[in-house]
Amino acid sequence: MLGYYLDLAVRSLRRNKILTALMIVTLALGIGASITTLTVLKLLSGDPLPEKSANLFYARVDPNPLEGYVPGQTKPDSIMSYTDAMNLMHAHRAVRQAAMALIDAKIDTQHPNDHPYFADGVMTTADFFALFNAPFQYGSGWTADDDESRATLVVIADFLNNKMFGGANSVGKTIRIDDRDFRIVGVLKHWAPQPRFYATDLGGHDYGDGDAVFMPLKTARSLDKGPQDTECYASVSDLQHLESAPCEWLGMWVQLDDSTAVANYRMFLDGYAKQQVALGRFKRSETSLLDLMSWLSDQQVVPNDAKLQTYLAFGFLLICVVNTVGLLLAKCLRRSREIGVRRALGATRRDIFTQFMVEAAIVGVAGGVLGLVLAVLGLWGVRHQPAQYASLAHLDVEMFLVTFAVALVASLIAGLLPAWRACVVAPAPQLKAA
Amino acid sequence: MDIRPILSTLRRHKFTACLLIAEIALTCAIVCNAVFLIGQRLERMDMTTGIAEHELVYVHMAYIGMPSDGMARSAADVAALRQITGVKSVTMMNQIPFGDSSSNMGLRIDQTQQKDTINSAQYFGENMVQTYGLQVVAGRDFQPEEYQDLDKVFAGLRKGDLNALPKSALVTQAVANRLWPGQSPLGKQVYVGQGIPLTVVGVLKQLARPNQFEKGAQYSVINPIRIAMSQGAIYVLRCAPQDRDQVLKEALAKLKALDPNRIVLNKGTEDQLRHNYFRNDRAMAGILLGVCIALLVVTALGIVGLASFWVAQRNRSIGVRRALGATRRNILSYFQTENFLLTTIGIALGMVLAYGINLFLIMHYELPRLPAIYFPIGAVTLWAIGQAAVLGPALRAAAVPPVVATRSV
Repeated sequence: MLGYYLDLAVRSLRRNKILTALMIVTLALGIGASITTLTVLKLLSGDPLPEKSANLFYARVDPNPLEGYVPGQTKPDSIMSYTDAMNLMHAHRAVRQAAMALIDAKIDTQHPNDHPYFADGVMTTADFFALFNAPFQYGSGWTADDDESRATLVVIADFLNNKMFGGANSVGKTIRIDDRDFRIVGVLKHWAPQPRFYATDLGGHDYGDGDAVFMPLKTARSLDKGPQDTECYASVSDLQHLESAPCEWLGMWVQLDDSTAVANYRMFLDGYAKQQVALGRFKRSETSLLDLMSWLSDQQVVPNDAKLQTYLAFGFLLICVVNTVGLLLAKCLRRSREIGVRRALGATRRDIFTQFMVEAAIVGVAGGVLGLVLAVLGLWGVRHQPAQYASLAHLDVEMFLVTFAVALVASLIAGLLPAWRACVVAPAPQLKAA
Repeated sequence: MDIRPILSTLRRHKFTACLLIAEIALTCAIVCNAVFLIGQRLERMDMTTGIAEHELVYVHMAYIGMPSDGMARSAADVAALRQITGVKSVTMMNQIPFGDSSSNMGLRIDQTQQKDTINSAQYFGENMVQTYGLQVVAGRDFQPEEYQDLDKVFAGLRKGDLNALPKSALVTQAVANRLWPGQSPLGKQVYVGQGIPLTVVGVLKQLARPNQFEKGAQYSVINPIRIAMSQGAIYVLRCAPQDRDQVLKEALAKLKALDPNRIVLNKGTEDQLRHNYFRNDRAMAGILLGVCIALLVVTALGIVGLASFWVAQRNRSIGVRRALGATRRNILSYFQTENFLLTTIGIALGMVLAYGINLFLIMHYELPRLPAIYFPIGAVTLWAIGQAAVLGPALRAAAVPPVVATRSV
């Protein structure tokens, strides 16, 4: 029976080629736009560390002066001072903990014809790699002792290793960074979480390639490396000795494996803030401990433009669907006579309904195929846009399937009303009129 | 034109009429908001900086190894750059409008304040007013003896020695109006953080901060501080617009010849900086414009499609009307009026929807309210598109001969 409906539908669609093309093209435009923007939005709002994000928490305290403070409403600053970060680190209340800031690292390629260049880097503490499940290709991270002894060692990213050592095992070799020799202790496998969640408020970009070098915090500081972002909560005269300055420049992440641990850590953090208030260091006792995904939504990492574009695309799709409904409806009203004849010859209402839905579905599938082509074109366009995330915009299998799901659902919704109108046509008046 | 027959016909085609109205309403709502968003972007991109944008080129460099005599070397660089033909003025600045880094400071009008009154960009560099082409509207530019070297300023800050710090400042009108509304800012004291007092000696008409315009696009202050290339300064050269490429090329060659032991981090013209700064806005405005056009085209095609079927369906009744004496004009204006009625209802609903969408955007994206001017413009656009789209089918209807009435099809 379905074969017969398909045959009828194709005949009907071919009878009016321009109209059919119009329906398919409008539906394809709407689908193409929606899939393009949805792919980008999915990419931007994805979970950067799906296997661990539920156990990672971002801790914040608030050392700001009392002025402008509304208890319960004022949120703590997004970064932390060295004193607080170290106090929390040394308390060892979480399974793993790391403090971090972003740096620029001047890398000397040691080739006579190459100039040195600046690469993105992170200065952090020993737990960083285990905390974030950063995978090693060669070697490993450094230890807490290396942190304390200010060892000049470094972990480098795969792309830097490829560039400098042709991808070979470079553990134990030296690399010249900021005019000083660093011993390589580890080489990461490709690791570039999107968004770069650990750096969202440290002054770097949120999407794109990963960082090139990772070095111990105290080592970097002893070489006068400054963080990318510094915020001071009292007047400062000396920005060189950031460790003792009333300035915030570190991000603090902790790993907490179950809800009891989270509750305990929250209590510890509150206790710490109250203790600092009692000591006179803090004026506000506000703290915050957000898990990774809540932190990202709190930071509004996903650019507003990407969201607006998605709303716009779905608005567009809605109009395209309304348009298709109108055209299908007009078409089916014109065919009242044909329906009358079929009904008189014994077709049930269900048969007529199915026939029209099949016709709509064919339009949907055709619109989906064309929409997919448009989405691929659209994503090609996105890749040529001036955005940090541009190079990441590719269609994956999931979105490929979603395209057809959206196309079919849209066309079936569009076909519902015309098909219903068609099946309620009373056969007798139509036959009489003929 | 009597609209009663139209209304009674439409009542028998409720579904189709409602669909057309819905489509027009949605299009109207989305297009109004999209055009408004485009306007917002264009307005942003149109911001003025107060500097001679078309006459500036810049070079930003870094040393491979740090020299000890940074200040002397920079002075030699500037002297050499001045020799380039076509160069009107040269300076070394800590930052430049639309550049990617910025140096900012909190300003207070009273030492006892706990929080800053405003956050302002902090420019420094010798000879900035002349090179950037700034306009001093009150007071004066800095005197040569007012300038201090940046390394000495840092040393003074560390020791808490206020004498090593600059004592004067140039502020923009925007800063003056915010700090001392209705008063002359000349001679007034402003405090950086809690301690460091600066006396306002001159007022600039305009000077935009390098970026972070949401903190007050025109909140900028200049301090009389000399900065060396080794401290991160940018060379800024002013020349005639047509000389820029040549000057930039010669400047790079000259700087390389003076000291090959440094790398160029960035270079170009101020116009390129502006172009790059707003490229996201430009891309977004382009996308919005594309969607608007696509929407209007889809809606117009929808109207054409529906009207065509409508005309074909009513072929016979048109023939009857023609046979009973209706002119071609009557038939034409019947369909035009029908479209006008449907479009008007659609526009009315669309306006309400547009307002709703705008409210949603205000709540989530800190956008201003949709100005009322967009409503009549949106209405006129949709009326025009509706009439243009219906014209073809209506002309076809008007061409139906009266003899159709006598046929049985």
